[in-house]
Amino acid sequence: MMDSENHTSEEHLHPLSSSKEELENLHLHENNEYDPLITKSYSNYRSVMSTLSDSHNHPLSPPSLVSPADSDPLLSPPLNYREFPNPNSTDTSSYIDPPSYADAIFSNFDGETSSNGTDTPTRSSSDGIYFSRSASSNSEYLKITVSNPIKEQENSNSIVPGSSSYVTYLVTTRTNISEFGGSEFGVRRRFKDIVTLSDRLSEAYRGFFIPPRPDKSIVESQVMQKQEFVEQRRVALEKYLRRLADHPVIRKSDEFRVFLQVQGKLPLPTTTDVASRVLDGAAKLPKQLMGDSLIAPSEVVQPAKGGRDLMRLFKELKQSMANDWGSSKPPVVEEDKEFLAKKERISELELQINGASQQAESLVKAQQDMGETMGELGLAFIKLTKFENEEAVLDSQRARAADMKGVATAAVKASRLFRELNSQTVKHLQDTLHEYLGLMLAVHSAFTDRSSALLTVQTLLSELSSLQSRAEKLEAASSKIFGGDKSRIRKLEELQETIRATEDAKNVAIREYERIKENNRSELERLDRERQTDFLNMLKGFVVNQVGYAEKIANVWTKVVEDTRGYAKEST
Amino acid sequence: MVTFEGMEQHRTSSGSSQSPRSPSSSQPFLSVSVTDPVKLGNGVQAYISYRVITKTNCPEYQGPEKIVIRRYSDFVWLRDRLFEKYKGIFIPPLPEKSAVEKFRFSAEFIEMRRQALDVFVNRIAAHHELQQSEDLRTFLQAEEETMERLRSHETGIFKKPSDLMQIFKDVQSKVSDVVLGKEKPVEESDPEYEKLKHYIFELENHLAEAQKHAYRLVKRHRELGQSLSDFGKAVKLLGASEGNALGKAFSELGIKSEILSVKLQKEAQQLLMSFEEPLKDYVRAVQSIKATIAERANAFRRQCELAETMKLKEINLDKLMLIRSDKVAEAEREYHELKAESEQATKTFGTIVKLMNEEIGRFQEQKTLDMGIAFHEFAKGQARLANGIADAWRSLLPKLEACSSS
Repeated sequence: MMDSENHTSEEHLHPLSSSKEELENLHLHENNEYDPLITKSYSNYRSVMSTLSDSHNHPLSPPSLVSPADSDPLLSPPLNYREFPNPNSTDTSSYIDPPSYADAIFSNFDGETSSNGTDTPTRSSSDGIYFSRSASSNSEYLKITVSNPIKEQENSNSIVPGSSSYVTYLVTTRTNISEFGGSEFGVRRRFKDIVTLSDRLSEAYRGFFIPPRPDKSIVESQVMQKQEFVEQRRVALEKYLRRLADHPVIRKSDEFRVFLQVQGKLPLPTTTDVASRVLDGAAKLPKQLMGDSLIAPSEVVQPAKGGRDLMRLFKELKQSMANDWGSSKPPVVEEDKEFLAKKERISELELQINGASQQAESLVKAQQDMGETMGELGLAFIKLTKFENEEAVLDSQRARAADMKGVATAAVKASRLFRELNSQTVKHLQDTLHEYLGLMLAVHSAFTDRSSALLTVQTLLSELSSLQSRAEKLEAASSKIFGGDKSRIRKLEELQETIRATEDAKNVAIREYERIKENNRSELERLDRERQTDFLNMLKGFVVNQVGYAEKIANVWTKVVEDTRGYAKEST
Repeated sequence: MVTFEGMEQHRTSSGSSQSPRSPSSSQPFLSVSVTDPVKLGNGVQAYISYRVITKTNCPEYQGPEKIVIRRYSDFVWLRDRLFEKYKGIFIPPLPEKSAVEKFRFSAEFIEMRRQALDVFVNRIAAHHELQQSEDLRTFLQAEEETMERLRSHETGIFKKPSDLMQIFKDVQSKVSDVVLGKEKPVEESDPEYEKLKHYIFELENHLAEAQKHAYRLVKRHRELGQSLSDFGKAVKLLGASEGNALGKAFSELGIKSEILSVKLQKEAQQLLMSFEEPLKDYVRAVQSIKATIAERANAFRRQCELAETMKLKEINLDKLMLIRSDKVAEAEREYHELKAESEQATKTFGTIVKLMNEEIGRFQEQKTLDMGIAFHEFAKGQARLANGIADAWRSLLPKLEACSSS
């Protein structure tokens, strides 16, 4: 028995023991899923596993799928040496079938699953099992890819000689949504365009939980051009656009569509900040400063931004101080107790997600270290084995060398499995938690939209009441003078004009506030719903992975236990 | 009592076996246990004492059972005596004198040391030559006061006069070598022995590295256990703030995490005892062999020196005889003394060579056995842990399923 097993292990160890350099290369390649050497050794490993699995009931038992009964069949590519996949089997002895798992991990998949796929265990290339949430309607499909970064030069109409360069990315979209009027298209965009998109969206969709965009980086232009930085950014951009595509409202927005589809320069205004606006509305500004503002109602819809609307800013600031420190209650308050309770809960949730995220990080690190040290132990034993074999004078040495080799190989395998498990853990656990932390930022910003809209309403209301009292006073004063004071009458008329305009603005502001409130509410509902699914999938993914890899690791060591059984104590 | 099980079944070439559990058979047996570590003394002078229980039917011993109290330095005394008397034999290694103060009395350290001491004595008792040592009998039977006297006599500053003489002579010969221009120390030119020496030195390096990684692996287990525990707590909190079915799922996850954390800590301890410790023991054994190699080199040098000196004395004697000096008698006597010494040295060296050859074979066999067991335990532990992890997580899956369908 020893002989044949050793022979088998000889066979499949051949790639591993061929040379010391190769061995060390094996160890040092971190992401070697596509390394043909590894794939070969793993396919040998699999065949060894299948021949040795007679005594184990796990490896070739039909997989039990962790999927709801109504979902699609799981593993699309046929497994070469399995004759009887039975997706509906309730055999729970092995949730992950090692051979198919190995397939999942080591082969390159063609059809990438979209993140808007159905709620089944699906596979992306180089991933293990990955669960995804169903989109609002299963038939809609919007898949975005960011690729192909190219350095481009700024136009030479700049005053400064020596044009600056920037990077553009190819944004490819595949969709069957009718509004797009096309099924596949691509445009070139630079990071500034993303910023623009993000700004426009946050203005247009106040109250919604808009995914936060990737950070601007304050780094030197040299760093900006480095491949690592560019790649990091590409990944971040893709993630961001995919999250936008996931949002049921935003994916249908004009801004998004324009961004994805319109060729050439992005036709969205880059900024609504004061610098350009002042040039446009220069005429208005002095009047606003004077205080007799004729606020266009539409402008009321946007929050007061610094520089843009100084007067309004002052007034709202005054109002918010009055709210906080004033003796009388503001005319409209946040009365929605339900909302306040939800806000509390969200705060609490954020805290806990943060905590879990941190611990997940240290868990990942601990798993990583375990894998590393196990690998180093394996290598040390491989060296010892070689040494003993080279110097062997006695049979006892050769026997020991053979035993050692078994342990060494097992350790190296286990090490690799740990490393794979870890990258899966990151994908399932860490990534989901991080994403939700990002989402919390969006939630905060949506709540801020609400409170600033409320402040606007409050401000306008007190403005209105003070204008009205001024009008009353003026009326009372002018009625005392017989015949009326021409200038006073004129003033009164102007005042009433202002009151009407302010009244309109107030109504607009109230409508906006209500709209934002409704957005908040529906988004909170969506958040709760989706969070349930996402977290559940996260847990499933995490647990399934842990089970699968633990089973594989157990198998690896069980073989060594069998091989060394002869040494076991006879008693107890 | 004996942790390295292979030892119980080990048979030496002389055929004397050792089976501690054999009933009163006619076969001579000698079995020892080192048990019951107890902390004695105060402060800096505190130390651990052990109960050493001897069971035997050998006539040289005082009775079928004897219990004595011994401490670490008593074991050191025994080792040193055996090393002196049985040159050529690989004396079983002792665990290290402890390093850090605060670790010295931790339960783990005490247990590991007790185990190692138990193994030490039993290996001596199992060795066909060493088991006959009078010093062993003294160690196993002498009263505590006697032991204390012997121990303080040997260790510490008070060395026997003969030791001092030997050290002096060694220094002297080294100096004279240099003075006489003999730069290179005299060494054997046996190619097989050279190979062996090279093997031993290299082996130590490899083993030390493996042991280092094994120790780190123990740490990693502990660290993973800790982070699982922290993770479990954080997940439970998250579950609490979620509420409903999802919240429960999180709580369950947290609980499992904590369970696994405990498993990992336990496995870490197992790993330390049944894998890392045997590796360390292996390293110590190799170091003991190195000490024997040094002894052999000494013996060889002594043999050569005496042979040289004898030749010179012979020449001198012939000269004296020729001139009929009245110093001839004295010179003759000196010459005969020297000859006896030289013969003794040659014999000593020859014994060492012969013993070492036997010992190497035994050593290799013993180590294959020891490591085989260690590997088996290691693999068992890892398989057990992995299966435990798989089981724990697997039990969660139906609950998660229930959540998603609700």
